[in-house]
Amino acid sequence: MTIDVEAVRKDFPILGREVHGQPLVYLDSANTSQKPQVVLDTLTEFYAQHNANVARAVHTLGSEATHAFENARDKVAAFINAPSRDEVVFTKNSSEALNLVAYSISNASTTPGAERFRIGPGDEIVVTEMEHHSNIVPWQLLAQRTGATFRWLPIDDDGRLVDSAIDEVINERTRVVAFVHQSNALGTINPVWRIVARAREVGALTVLDASQSAPHLPLDVQALGVDFVAFTGHKLYGPTGVGVLWGRYDLLAEMPPFLGGGEMIETVDMTGTTFAAPPHRFEAGTPMIAQAVGLGAAIDYVTALGMENVQAHERELVGYALDGLATVDGLRIIGPAVPVDRGATISFTLPRIHPHDVAQLLDEQGIAVRAGHHCARPVCVRYGIPATTRASFGVYTTTDEIDALVRGIQQVREVFGA
Amino acid sequence: MTVPMDSMYQQIILDHYKRPQHHGLPEDFDAEVHHVNPTCGDEVTLRVRLTGDSIADLGWDGEGCSISQASTSVMSELVVGKPVGEAMALQRKFLELMQSQGHAVLTDDDEEALQDAVAFEGVSKYPARVKCALLGWMAMKSAVAEAGWRAQTDELGDTGEVT
Repeated sequence: MTIDVEAVRKDFPILGREVHGQPLVYLDSANTSQKPQVVLDTLTEFYAQHNANVARAVHTLGSEATHAFENARDKVAAFINAPSRDEVVFTKNSSEALNLVAYSISNASTTPGAERFRIGPGDEIVVTEMEHHSNIVPWQLLAQRTGATFRWLPIDDDGRLVDSAIDEVINERTRVVAFVHQSNALGTINPVWRIVARAREVGALTVLDASQSAPHLPLDVQALGVDFVAFTGHKLYGPTGVGVLWGRYDLLAEMPPFLGGGEMIETVDMTGTTFAAPPHRFEAGTPMIAQAVGLGAAIDYVTALGMENVQAHERELVGYALDGLATVDGLRIIGPAVPVDRGATISFTLPRIHPHDVAQLLDEQGIAVRAGHHCARPVCVRYGIPATTRASFGVYTTTDEIDALVRGIQQVREVFGA
Repeated sequence: MTVPMDSMYQQIILDHYKRPQHHGLPEDFDAEVHHVNPTCGDEVTLRVRLTGDSIADLGWDGEGCSISQASTSVMSELVVGKPVGEAMALQRKFLELMQSQGHAVLTDDDEEALQDAVAFEGVSKYPARVKCALLGWMAMKSAVAEAGWRAQTDELGDTGEVT
């Protein structure tokens, strides 16, 4: 079965609008995806019919809201093949999920029973050179707080991890390896098994940033073999304000809390507090109830399409787009130039035309792309460029839209006389 | 492709981008400044030499988007040889135009004074790009201050920062 893109497009009301008098061509799904009507309806219905706070009200609305919220947790657990629903923690986004792990690790230094998470001088934290800032900065800060050393795996000219560096950079001193599944700036899909195998050899924890993979390919946390996975709802056709941290239960059970507050406790006394079991230990305060319910609806939506079909559709698009972009004189792909182990996110540069000018002129033709360093500045530094233009695709992207992009780029070149 | 009338990319801007004026750093100068716009990664290094109360010479080097580079070129053309007070008045006028969010009402006198800089009017509709257009103007203002020029009290007043 393949995806009926025309039918899918009818589910996304925003795709019917015009920009600067042209039909919208939305090629910025890696930034945030558009939302299907069913997600919008779910949000409205929640607020219109079931709104109440969760886990505390005894009235009917309270139990309906709690049921809807916890039901969303079940949907997430099934979506990523988690062994237990209690391994799914709702956060506000991927950044918060990654910070949760990093801060719990430093909180472990003063928490009895959390010794296995303690890190300090002489220990090393490893990331990759292709990370989003959200998977760099929390670890740099953790290194600062603990005295551990911050290191990274380098990338090669084609936008892949340098395989020969993996065994050297991840070593007996490594305590945490945090890495991206699919790069938001390059499109590269990393060999998770390779890094997990090495990290296990040396006894390091693994943290996978799946922000850019969860919306585009089947995600099976058990098959991946990592210890933690972070992703966000708004790139997965869900609302903003909700993300997910998945963690192995035995680890979550020993981890100290990140934020303190309501609903994350077991009992509170003025002389001390004991904490709830996971996942609630990590969900202080009133959570993003409607947004989690909306994410559940988004998961139902993509599950009905079939994540294998989504992956196949986007694989076709990326091959088509790489071929199309190759016809533009001077265009340089930043990242893998072949449709192997790469997702439907393509960064490129044009000689003598700044990416912001490319994006602005494309916008004048109704085509939405992103320009900049994509919150992955080290990638731009690595390739000696100030920024890139990036086109990224989703379930609703058509080959016609990719044709429009290629035509649009040709027009940009004409405007600049290139 | 012809550029639509309402495009941000007026021909004048493209021409200045391709053939920037006063591009290059003069050997003889009183002050040099380096300004950066983190949004686009635009950079400009600008040198200025004053003679009495006038901008005797100004040259610059930079890289970045067409808006930042063309605007610096247009600014250079407008202020070289002018009394500093007049250059500062133009700077304020241009800043006002950039802050107009597309609602500027320019008088004939304004258009006469701003010349090619009027072409950047469309940029004011895009808050993300306004800093690009202002980069060179802010650099010029800083450089002049660093070169020792002090504004008369009635010429003080806007938001340009002196680095």
